[in-house]
Amino acid sequence: MITLSHYLVLGAVVFCLGVAGLFINRKNLIIVLMCLELMLLAVNINFIAFAYFLQDLAGQVFVFFILTVAAAEAAIGLAILVMLFKVRGTISVGELNEMKG
Amino acid sequence: MTFELPDFSLAAAELWLLTLGCALLMLAVFVSAQRHTLLYGLSQFTLAGALGWVWWSAPESRSLTFNHHYVADDLATLLKSAVLLLTAVSLIYTRSYLERRPHLPRAEFYVLILFAVLGMFIMISAHSLLTLYLGLELLALCLYALVALNREHPPALEAAMKFFVLGALASGLLLYGMSIVYGLTGTLELHTLAAHLSDPASLPDPGSLTHLAWGFALTFLLVGLAFKLGAVPFHAWVPDVYEGAMTPVTLFIGSVSKLAALALVLRLLIEGLGALAVDWQGMLMILAVLSLTLGNLAAIAQHNLKRMLAYSTIAHIGFVTLALFAATPAGYHAALFYILVYALTAAGAFGVLLALSGEHEAQTLDDLQGLNHHHPWLAFLMLVLMASMAGLPPLLGFYAKLIVLQALLDQGHLALALYAVIFSVIGAFYYLRVIKRMYFDTPTHAATPRPARDLTLALSLNGLLLIALGLLPGLLLALTHAVF
Repeated sequence: MITLSHYLVLGAVVFCLGVAGLFINRKNLIIVLMCLELMLLAVNINFIAFAYFLQDLAGQVFVFFILTVAAAEAAIGLAILVMLFKVRGTISVGELNEMKG
Repeated sequence: MTFELPDFSLAAAELWLLTLGCALLMLAVFVSAQRHTLLYGLSQFTLAGALGWVWWSAPESRSLTFNHHYVADDLATLLKSAVLLLTAVSLIYTRSYLERRPHLPRAEFYVLILFAVLGMFIMISAHSLLTLYLGLELLALCLYALVALNREHPPALEAAMKFFVLGALASGLLLYGMSIVYGLTGTLELHTLAAHLSDPASLPDPGSLTHLAWGFALTFLLVGLAFKLGAVPFHAWVPDVYEGAMTPVTLFIGSVSKLAALALVLRLLIEGLGALAVDWQGMLMILAVLSLTLGNLAAIAQHNLKRMLAYSTIAHIGFVTLALFAATPAGYHAALFYILVYALTAAGAFGVLLALSGEHEAQTLDDLQGLNHHHPWLAFLMLVLMASMAGLPPLLGFYAKLIVLQALLDQGHLALALYAVIFSVIGAFYYLRVIKRMYFDTPTHAATPRPARDLTLALSLNGLLLIALGLLPGLLLALTHAVF
């Protein structure tokens, strides 16, 4: 029997993977985008699990909105990434250090 | 299941902004970007029209529509009017800057600004977790694009990337918190949420698993909110974005968008989760104390004025969170008043920078050196703005700080009030340094050309308003008092 807590633990693990990936990764901005996506997907797992166990549709509707926004967000992130690569010739996280202080 | 037709008239301003925003986007495809005056005029017309709709559609009493996802009340009317007026003023400040730089995409700038305003409107009027999130994202996505608009300028792209990654992280954390709140209460609507929490039987007992889950949810929500507000320790993006973005965008992010950030906090934390104040007060206090400390100290070390104003924003946000920490109506009122005053002052300060930007973008202290020689009136306005930020009486900034401290003292938080005062005094140093550079140092640069007449007029109004309202604070206080 799969209970609510199984889903919640899965969501938490995926979310932590996303956050950890964001901070550990120093090389590649595309991985950063993937980690952000992973965080949003973890939230989706949470919402669907709650919606199912509460027998309430609102949570599932929220998921559709999150998916749409995530797509728009990825589009903007990739657009900035392309511009950055054109100007700087690199997509390394560690080299984003022109401004300091 | 019944389908209830929503009352669209309450959201007339949003619909107007959406329609005209799309029309402007369409127009931009067919009209050459050289016809700047047309684009500018249409944007101002849209903003003016939206202001008319906001006032026309303002209901007598608080009303909900769109299945309780949208609220129209006095707070919304006040904040929306402030957003529209400040955006219109920022566009006036920006016009000549854009005219001098034909390589910048102008139509996109105006379209993104209009959609960002729409996002703020949705946030201000949000009455469920869903609308809050959607408004927040609409605003944030427009801001990322606005920061990256200056495509040939590497710092702008770097700032946009940092802003994007940290902003998306903040949204993720906020959403995770929202998902737990949804799981605990089974609702997305803020009033059902508040009703659920106001029932003493459903308040979590200390030590129970539910209480732990609530603590978990609140932590995630507050970290997300702190990111959006730019409170320490989640402030890393603020200085870089302020410095990297072009000045008009910094002006928009630094002044107008703070109003929406406060609306987010007021709706979510106070309207929705007000019953849990005991649990979030401690976190707010930490944020406030750290922001006051780091903001004021780091600003002293800055040579770039935009960066300095970024740290000063962080310090002001510290004051706002301190007012919210009081968790009383007086405190919320103080936070609202403070953010309105701050937005007005910040708009003026960046406006002066825009007025001084010829071909070269004025942004360091050196650019202001000896300003009194070349442009005595601009120097005087900057003096007023800086003195108001520092909180010197009789300017408006003084009253803003005063009522925050009053709200704190009413609750007996003497130590915190003293701490805030001490750091305001430290903060006064870097504001006064700007004044010293303008008035007592000899200029090293040739005079910049005279700013456009409408810019000078708007800037003068902005500065004089701070003096006038400082002498008669009752006018603005009456407006904000009507809300709480």
